[in-house]
Amino acid sequence: MDYDTIAAISTPVGEGAISIVRLSGPDAISAADRLFQGSKSLSEVHSHTIHYGKIVDPQEGQSVEEVMVSVMRKPKTFTREDVVEINCHGGLTSVHRVLELVLDQNVRLAEPGEFTKRAFLNGRIDLSQAEAVMDLIRAKTDQAMNVAMSQMEGKLSILIRKLRDRLLEILAAVEVNIDYPEYDDAEVMTNNILHEKASEVRQQIDRILSTARQGKILREGLSTVIVGRPNVGKSSLLNQLVHESKAIVTNVPGTTRDVIEEYVNVRGVPLKLIDTAGIRETDDIVEKIGVTRSKELLQSAELILLLVNGNEKLTDEDRRLFQLIGKTPAIILLNKADLPLEASIDEVAQLAGERPVLKTSMINEKGLDELEKAIASLFFSQDVSTGAEAYVSNTRHIALLKQARSAINDALEAADQGLPVDMTQIDIKRTWDLLGEIVGDTVSDRLINELFSKFCLGK
Amino acid sequence: MNRKEGLEMKSYNAGTYDVIVVGAGHAGVEAGLAAARMGAKTLMLTISLEGVAFMPCNPSVGGPAKGVVVREIDALGGEMGHNIDKTYIQMRMLNTRKGPAVRALRAQADKQLYQRAMKETIEETENLTLRQGMVDHLIVEEGVCKGVVVATGAAYYAKSVVLTTGVYLKGKIIIGELQYESGPNNMQASVKLSDHLKALGFDLVRFKTGTPPRVNGRTVDYSKTEIQPGDDAPLAFSYDTKEFIKDQIPCWLTYTNLETHKIIQENLDRSPIFSGAIVGTGPRYCPSIETKIVRFNDKNRHQLFLEPEGKATKEVYVDGLSTSMPEEVQRKMLATIPGLEHAEMMRPGYAIEYDAVVPTQLWPSLETKKISGLFTAGQINGTSGYEEAAGQGLMGGINAARKALGKEPLILDRSEAYIGVLIDDLVTKGTKEPYRLLTSRAEYRLLLRHDNADLRLTEIGHQIGLIPDERYERFLAKKHLIEQERQYFAVTTIKPSESVDALMKSKDAALLREPMKAEQLLKRPELSYQDVASLLPEHGSIPVEVGEQVEIQVKYEGYINKQLQQVEKMKRMEKKKIPQDLDYSKIDGIATEARQKLTDVRPISVGQASRVSGVNPSDIAILLVYLEEGKLARRTG
Repeated sequence: MDYDTIAAISTPVGEGAISIVRLSGPDAISAADRLFQGSKSLSEVHSHTIHYGKIVDPQEGQSVEEVMVSVMRKPKTFTREDVVEINCHGGLTSVHRVLELVLDQNVRLAEPGEFTKRAFLNGRIDLSQAEAVMDLIRAKTDQAMNVAMSQMEGKLSILIRKLRDRLLEILAAVEVNIDYPEYDDAEVMTNNILHEKASEVRQQIDRILSTARQGKILREGLSTVIVGRPNVGKSSLLNQLVHESKAIVTNVPGTTRDVIEEYVNVRGVPLKLIDTAGIRETDDIVEKIGVTRSKELLQSAELILLLVNGNEKLTDEDRRLFQLIGKTPAIILLNKADLPLEASIDEVAQLAGERPVLKTSMINEKGLDELEKAIASLFFSQDVSTGAEAYVSNTRHIALLKQARSAINDALEAADQGLPVDMTQIDIKRTWDLLGEIVGDTVSDRLINELFSKFCLGK
Repeated sequence: MNRKEGLEMKSYNAGTYDVIVVGAGHAGVEAGLAAARMGAKTLMLTISLEGVAFMPCNPSVGGPAKGVVVREIDALGGEMGHNIDKTYIQMRMLNTRKGPAVRALRAQADKQLYQRAMKETIEETENLTLRQGMVDHLIVEEGVCKGVVVATGAAYYAKSVVLTTGVYLKGKIIIGELQYESGPNNMQASVKLSDHLKALGFDLVRFKTGTPPRVNGRTVDYSKTEIQPGDDAPLAFSYDTKEFIKDQIPCWLTYTNLETHKIIQENLDRSPIFSGAIVGTGPRYCPSIETKIVRFNDKNRHQLFLEPEGKATKEVYVDGLSTSMPEEVQRKMLATIPGLEHAEMMRPGYAIEYDAVVPTQLWPSLETKKISGLFTAGQINGTSGYEEAAGQGLMGGINAARKALGKEPLILDRSEAYIGVLIDDLVTKGTKEPYRLLTSRAEYRLLLRHDNADLRLTEIGHQIGLIPDERYERFLAKKHLIEQERQYFAVTTIKPSESVDALMKSKDAALLREPMKAEQLLKRPELSYQDVASLLPEHGSIPVEVGEQVEIQVKYEGYINKQLQQVEKMKRMEKKKIPQDLDYSKIDGIATEARQKLTDVRPISVGQASRVSGVNPSDIAILLVYLEEGKLARRTG
């Protein structure tokens, strides 16, 4: 059976120190080879061998990751197709970057369970395993559905839908010219008009993608700062979060700052925890690093977890920290709830304003669930983060957006070359379809509905 | 045609055929001709011989998408193209300023001549019997259709029956407060067959369409209108046509105005559409003038095309003024229109309601799933338009004949023909309103051009026995010439020279700096095949249509290849067949809605399944696995 080439990260995110990008299909080896720099070309190596080298961004010429690449030629592979596995060890950031580069090589992101499905369809696994395959597809689909549902409410889908509506207007205007050539009440779409409209769309796509390229959240995590007076439980909180999520991907001591960054995954929200543990606990944090420095740190944060000792009365230092948060999204933790409450709850509430206040106890592990929920709800309700489009973090979405950009670029090129508008239309339609895949809108009648609701057609 | 109460109609055996076609409209005539030409002994029954190939609505054939269908019919060996080429009063190429994919021919027909020519062709066709008779019911035994019974008592037997009943099934004409049972233009309606189909278990829907008033051309003041002449260039639908009609007749353009709209507004309470008298669903793409005015009340005017109905008549069709308003209101409306102030109305416009079969009850061969050997084609399947009807009629006739002759059905896919798109849409998605083809319904529009219909379909037409050898030879010669010329363009180099410079300057194109292949040069948007060919040494005379193909194929190669890649993907899924008896309730994991829809539609391939509305990619993945599992089980078990 002859399928297209697919790729995906084949190790669950965060499990294990090595992440593998797996490719399967007729172009698996050639696609990987275009990115690989080693002593030999992958197309020349023996089957079932492993090779050391680098993955290089072919456009920027930059080395992205040191890797070990296994090449397995069909038919003795899991899928009975050519399979390449790129072993990355640099953590979330680089494995996603590698996958993105792979997907730029005319390789499609695998659907949930697709490797297994191919293995089955190509007769690699037997009947008894078929049921398991079904379960897999089903389970993954449900999961994907859930993710899709929560993203549906997000700004990304609103943005994409708006963009699609614009495209739909263009499409309908061209279609009406084609199907009703004598109808005189529709703007005649010229290449100039198309070019102008397509440029606007491309700008939008670029804007969305630019935030994705920074890979702000997915690759770096939501930069999160834990602050609070000494001995209020910051380290315990950090440890709890790290322990809870079991998702330490990397542990890199900051080079310029005396901070430690921990990557954790809280209910699907990747956090880059910037701990102030590097600063001696005994010192007054604000005094120690200076007001300017604290501000800088807090201002660069996308989420602040402010701990207050519930067992003590509020101090001026606490109040100053509240001020320093500024407009950054924050969650207030009234910690040490296992001890009698001494802090004025009214004052905390007043200082917190609209920010959520949770009672926690690091010792009893109380309130952590609520904290995770609060983080997740902040993230998904879009209040967190600086850029509105920061949620283009999903690799599938990025890949689709890139394809959409390339389609709209084709449209612009066609318009420039003076090709007939119905050719340019093919690329615009493709852009529309690709964006539709992001929001899961595949209803094909929309164009025709638009046509008839907008124009008074028919003789 | 009421019989005396209590008197039982005696039925008699009136003969046996391979194929019976019920109806002789645009679907029926194609079905009958195709079946007979394929060697099936065919009977064509029609309520009235006056109704053969009748055009009850606009006097035109073709237009975007529809015009391509006519070409496809021609390439497959159908008749519509030939017939309109013999009987047009005007021919135009539309969308000439756009790309080749959307260009389309449209002809204004001489209605009477069109009918007469078609009837003559039918009468001259061997194996084909044309007979007047109203079919009241079918002879069905154990889920197999064996024949039909006519009102006179004649029982005809056949291996296949094709129903092409158009708008005749329980047809009802509505003009304002007036309503009566009728086929189009006061033809007799067919009542019993509709009830019979329902009794057989078919789901029927009620659709509606309409037509405008006709006026006497002698009383029209054309000076107040704009002329719309035909093209001077010799144009034809059929690839066979060699003779072109010279003395064309123009159409005329005028407009409604606020005065017209006011009359309609004031009488909306008398409009059957808004009073609720009309229950059938009408088409959005062909709305009545009252619908246009209500839905688009910001528009101050609407276009009206005055189209002569023929050479030997003064009747003029007021295209754009389709209406079911009372006759009195129609006359007032006409009097407000520039050029029609004193026009004599000859027939009022009317709406017509009719029963149609829900088309998802059909296989892609147009055979019904419920009753083997029974096919339906044309407006009975929920479409509108002569071309849509003819395309289905042709396929219905072909497949009815193939069934009778013991052959597999012919199914065109979405990349092969608009006819394929049309039928796939109908049987896969159904339709909630009278269905019309639009170019935007085709995902491979660039491949489904009107200029390459012969390249796409002649081979098939020949294989099934509808394209004669002589025509096929001519086709092969053309195809060979195209390939040769493309090859020549691919290898021949053009060097910069004074004559090349002169051409480039005259075309506002960049000058040639280095030698270039003719093919590359042709890719430049400013240059045509003729331009580039003029720079090449003589290499025999190349027919215009060959040059046209070379130009299109070279110029749009990138886009064509992109679509071909998509087609390849689509075909892979079309090749995965689904057994007809597949029990979807046994497949775990398919969503409930998808399961229901798949059970209803019973797609023949995974490709078709994926186009059923409400079926998601995950359902398809599970279906694929299930099918594969079944294969394995059979192999090992």
